[in-house]
Amino acid sequence: MSTMTLGRAINTGLRAAMDADPKVVLMGEDIGTLGGVFRITDGLKKDFGATRVIDTPLAESGIMGTAVGLAFRGYRPVVEIQFDGFIYPAFDQIVSQVAKMHYRTRGAVNMPLTIRVPFGGGIGSPEHHSESPEAYFTHTSGLRVVSVSNPQDAYTMIRQAIASDDPVLYFEPKRRYHVKGEVQETLDGALPLGRARVVAEGTDVTLVTYGPLVMTAADAAIAASDEGVSVEVIDLRSLSPVDYATVEASVRKTGRLVITHEAGKSGGVGAEISASITERCFDYLEHAPVRVTGFDIPYPPSKLEHHHLPDLDRILDGVDRALRRPNSLSNFPAAHSTSATALEGAGL
Amino acid sequence: MHTPVRPPHETGATAAGPYVQLVRPDGSRVASSYDHWVEDVDPDQLRSLYEDMVVIRRIDTEATALQRQGELGLWPPLLGQEAAQIGSARTLRDSDFVFGSYRENGVAWCRGVDPESLMRVWRGNAAAGWDPATVNMAPAQVIIGAQALHAAGYGMGVVTDGTDDAVITYFGDGATSQGDVNEAMVFAASFHAPVVFFCSNNQWAISEPVGLQAQVPIANRAPGFGIPSVRVDGNDVLAVMAVTREALDRARSGGGPSFIEAVTYRMGPHTTADDPTRYRDAAELEEWRAKDPISRVEALLRAEGLFTDEFGTAVAARADAVAAELRSSCISMPPPPALDIFAHVYAEPNSWLENQQEEYARYLAMYGTADDAGHPVQVHGTDPVGSASTGPREAGDRA
Repeated sequence: MSTMTLGRAINTGLRAAMDADPKVVLMGEDIGTLGGVFRITDGLKKDFGATRVIDTPLAESGIMGTAVGLAFRGYRPVVEIQFDGFIYPAFDQIVSQVAKMHYRTRGAVNMPLTIRVPFGGGIGSPEHHSESPEAYFTHTSGLRVVSVSNPQDAYTMIRQAIASDDPVLYFEPKRRYHVKGEVQETLDGALPLGRARVVAEGTDVTLVTYGPLVMTAADAAIAASDEGVSVEVIDLRSLSPVDYATVEASVRKTGRLVITHEAGKSGGVGAEISASITERCFDYLEHAPVRVTGFDIPYPPSKLEHHHLPDLDRILDGVDRALRRPNSLSNFPAAHSTSATALEGAGL
Repeated sequence: MHTPVRPPHETGATAAGPYVQLVRPDGSRVASSYDHWVEDVDPDQLRSLYEDMVVIRRIDTEATALQRQGELGLWPPLLGQEAAQIGSARTLRDSDFVFGSYRENGVAWCRGVDPESLMRVWRGNAAAGWDPATVNMAPAQVIIGAQALHAAGYGMGVVTDGTDDAVITYFGDGATSQGDVNEAMVFAASFHAPVVFFCSNNQWAISEPVGLQAQVPIANRAPGFGIPSVRVDGNDVLAVMAVTREALDRARSGGGPSFIEAVTYRMGPHTTADDPTRYRDAAELEEWRAKDPISRVEALLRAEGLFTDEFGTAVAARADAVAAELRSSCISMPPPPALDIFAHVYAEPNSWLENQQEEYARYLAMYGTADDAGHPVQVHGTDPVGSASTGPREAGDRA
């Protein structure tokens, strides 16, 4: 057990995976000598050499497509996409090749790729550097999608992702890279890759999130308890598939569901969870599921990003909505109504 | 017939120009610096190349007929490209790996893919026809040019492994406009990957002539990536063999990638859904018919006294036998069981999919469809006839 940052935990996990399996190779732009723009692969090229830690040409489709070829040859590539907004040139190779090769070959070929994506905002970057593209990939069958929120998960989940015979998109909350925590460098007793984790137990509202907002949600739960509201916080950890058993059990207990993420609302992970939990727990719900998300806008300039990113107050406002307490929608004429008029009045 | 009028940039200037040729259309030999690459080809081997070409043309004819009869959903004919496919594929070792497009059915035949497996995709029974590991050939690729990157990556793995295996990737002239093919050349050159880029320039990307893809011969591009290239008469099986052997030799000896532009012609439609009379001049087809790759080898064999009536009859009989086998195996191929759609999406358990399969199995069982209920499959794993996951609804992941 040692204390390390989330970023260091990923580095440590990568090192352990490379030590354990000579077929694990890292690929990406600037990941070798520089150690990656976030230094997540720091020191690995020095220790494992240029054929295990491959500095690639600047071509995302090229990186992903050659990783597919390496997998055909029996390797387990771990691909780094430098920033979330740079994953789109590789989108075709991910959804048309990586995701489908196992199905296409009736199981004869595995694509045990791990695709690391630093994602999300809050670090004052220019455009293309703060996006949350996870829903594109949760919609693609054949892929697994996970996101980490703390150093221990960062370590265990990168190792589990690499060990998985399925392709895994591993979303790293870049604004939490420097969060510190205790890390046990073993997989013994670790939660499986697909399981959600109850971060804080509560009885009034279930608050579901993942990645960078897990810390914010935990803070919101503490703030809510000061007002006498008991919030159960769930870190999904896996976005595809979602561990509905854990979310369902919580909602059956609390009767209320709030989902928060940085990505835009429409067609997002929150929409999927809202629909699925409604299907499964309709008779237990005291209120429609509430989503507190980024807006359906291109990521805004950094001076405005604090408006876009859900923060503690917006999440608490969502909790109030689920509890039918006074909230930001209460001031409109048709308060507490979900009628068309009220939605129109709320600018929705 | 109406001759389509095309703007200057669409004219086929890139079809012209010098290329490696060892046999003229009339069957006479041309002296070339490439002769030594095929000097070991003896009469039996030459006859066997002819036989391969006749057989795959016969496969093509039969498959086209099966499509017209409603037995196949689609078929991409290779008529006219027999020399390019056979000449290159017959130079490969078993341990080499092939990443082709959807048209390399002749290459697949050379790799040992049986007729039933060849038909499976086009009949709609499966997304891929064969197990890549048994023939060292990736499944047919539909996304244009995507496979070139897979070849480059596989080649990078070969370099790391330190073996002398080679990789060959096939694509058409249209694919050379795709980013993936260009990125593949960057990666292969940078990492000295033992990849042979084999462009079958058949002059047409569906209705778009090669002039819309390139203003100079396509082979001219590769040197810009640091990759040596050669243009070859793609209808001359010996010339294709010669340049492919040179490229493979370079790959095996650490010389890195090579690029071959095989100048050929797709005499039929792009696929059976295409109508080339809407965009192609009939005179152009006649011009290329005179360069037919099979009649050229026959002329060569006759000129050298190697073609007897008995031999011709035997080859035709072999081709007919393959076609008959292809037809019967195609027609008798049973439709896959319904729950097969859930198999092999993931290698490991997936709760979302398990739930969906279970719900659909219940739905089917409601109608008592014995066939569907009687052929359960696993959601994951490699056994397509394993038992279905019929346990209680369970979320989460047992991985």
